[in-house]
Amino acid sequence: MNKLKIILNGIITENPTFVLLLGMCPTLGTTSSAINGMSMGLATMFVLMCSNVVISAVKDVIPDKVRIPSFVVIIAAFVTVLQLCMQAYLPELYKSLGLFIPLIVVNCIILGRAEAFAAKHNPFDSLLDGIGIGLGFTLGLTLLGAVRELLGTGRIFDLTIFPEEYGALAFVLAPGAFIALGLLIALVNTLKTK
Amino acid sequence: MLTYISIFITAIFVNNIILSQFLGICPFLGVSKKIDSALGMGAAVTFVMLLSTIVTYLIQAYLLDPFQLGYMQTIVFILVIAALVQMLEIVLKKVSPALYQALGVFLPLITTNCAILGVAILVIQKDFSLVESVVYAVSTAIGFTLALTIFAGIREQLNWSEVPKAMKGTPIALITAGLLALAFMGFSGIKIC
Amino acid sequence: MVMVLTLITALVGAILGSVYQLTAQPIALAGAKAQADAIRQVAPAFDNDPIAESDTILSNGLEIVIYPAIHNGTPNGAAVKAPTNSGFNGEIVVMVGFEQDGTIREYRVLSHSETPGLGAKMEQWFRTDKNRQNILGKNPANTNMSVSKDGGDIDGITASTITSRAFLQAIQTAYAAYMGQSVDGVTGCSTTTDGTSGSTTKTDATSGSTTKTDATSGSTIHNNGEEETK
Repeated sequence: MNKLKIILNGIITENPTFVLLLGMCPTLGTTSSAINGMSMGLATMFVLMCSNVVISAVKDVIPDKVRIPSFVVIIAAFVTVLQLCMQAYLPELYKSLGLFIPLIVVNCIILGRAEAFAAKHNPFDSLLDGIGIGLGFTLGLTLLGAVRELLGTGRIFDLTIFPEEYGALAFVLAPGAFIALGLLIALVNTLKTK
Repeated sequence: MLTYISIFITAIFVNNIILSQFLGICPFLGVSKKIDSALGMGAAVTFVMLLSTIVTYLIQAYLLDPFQLGYMQTIVFILVIAALVQMLEIVLKKVSPALYQALGVFLPLITTNCAILGVAILVIQKDFSLVESVVYAVSTAIGFTLALTIFAGIREQLNWSEVPKAMKGTPIALITAGLLALAFMGFSGIKIC
Repeated sequence: MVMVLTLITALVGAILGSVYQLTAQPIALAGAKAQADAIRQVAPAFDNDPIAESDTILSNGLEIVIYPAIHNGTPNGAAVKAPTNSGFNGEIVVMVGFEQDGTIREYRVLSHSETPGLGAKMEQWFRTDKNRQNILGKNPANTNMSVSKDGGDIDGITASTITSRAFLQAIQTAYAAYMGQSVDGVTGCSTTTDGTSGSTTKTDATSGSTTKTDATSGSTIHNNGEEETK
């Protein structure tokens, strides 16, 4: 039961996109379509899970003074592994997410979870936390991507819902990212107060 | 010379780092409640961005490329930037307490500012020369400061307006940023050369 | 303290090194595969190795690569990779397939940074049979490959004239490079003969280009070229 709570915590109570408002750069930058948002979410989830497990496993060996640099090195290592694997096996996706893959390194969610959770819990719980937060982030990005894709082009995951001519193109472009996210957070706020 | 002017204008207006590239959103939303702090953050970012771009460029050109260690780029760059920010903090404290007073609070925030790492990687991807990289870094930082300051100005005004309850705080800020991005889209397609 | 950090960094360095070793080949292959796929999709039937026989031309600082397609020993058109710097947001690189006489057979946009939903539509737009959008099956020799707004024969993407101009410019660059090389080659088609032979191949192309028809149309032009030289 307790284990389930850790996962649900990341998805709902501490949803990184809508509640904690962390990792805003990839949230806005990669969600021009639902599939891009989802891929970015999953990529971040991969790094988060790996870094959480490793950091909580080695936390007792690392002196307090070099804690942050060591965490950053570990996170950067997994980001590079991800980068190399994506280049090798998913070159198209790597190209469309572009700069935001190496920038996972500076995503506040990952270092934040390392500090707030992995440094205090055992590896298994940290893995669950990684899954939970990762899923929450993926969910947020996919939702935002879907909303933008639908309003902008009339499609979700490339499935046509209404003709493209009726879409407001601005939602696929930069301004739409800000506006759609603002409206979604307002919606979440309304739901929370009820 | 025309190339430099082109890089300059493009980085500030056409491809503004915040409003069209989505880098450095965290400080954009976090440190934009007052114009003063926005300017301070902008100055600190300009300083660090210029230094880190030069250092990482040289590391890439004389260390990573010759030894074919390109895959170590992410890890090396982030460590160099973190170390640089730390060093800057120590040096500033000793050399110019006044400047440290003004910029000090913003420096620790900068390490996790993705605009810094983003620009360091971008200049490598774009195959810029050292001078072009310097111009690019400075103009990107100016673009950052410009967007941040305008945004802070709007948010100061926003304090006096009545905003629906659910929209208070981040949502209205994001929508304002969206409108600002819309305005900056007017610059798109401008070309000098 | 420093020891631990050094140890971690060394360990990480070693791990990354080995991952790099493991992925180096797939990464190189993935790049080559994308290239080869694009060539296969746009070029007419061939049984040679276009990449090995490719020819790089520099014109106005742009690097144009011609991948010749040779079928049963006869030249059968080519795939041409051409960039342009006049896109809305910078460089656009296209791969265009030409029949032997210069008729555009297929195209792929290899890389671009145009606006999604506007300029980015070029991958679909110029192959859609609507008004005068479609460039497939047209021969630049008898078609004015520029936007109708500029007096050309092609309808540009709505609200993306700059992208359309750049795209068509890249096509023209590719065509010029292909013809330039073609003249040097065996066939030596001049532009005048192309006018007539172009229209014949056009019907061939639309009637469904199987390998056979391609081969025959290829040889027809070959004859045409010879007649011209006579």
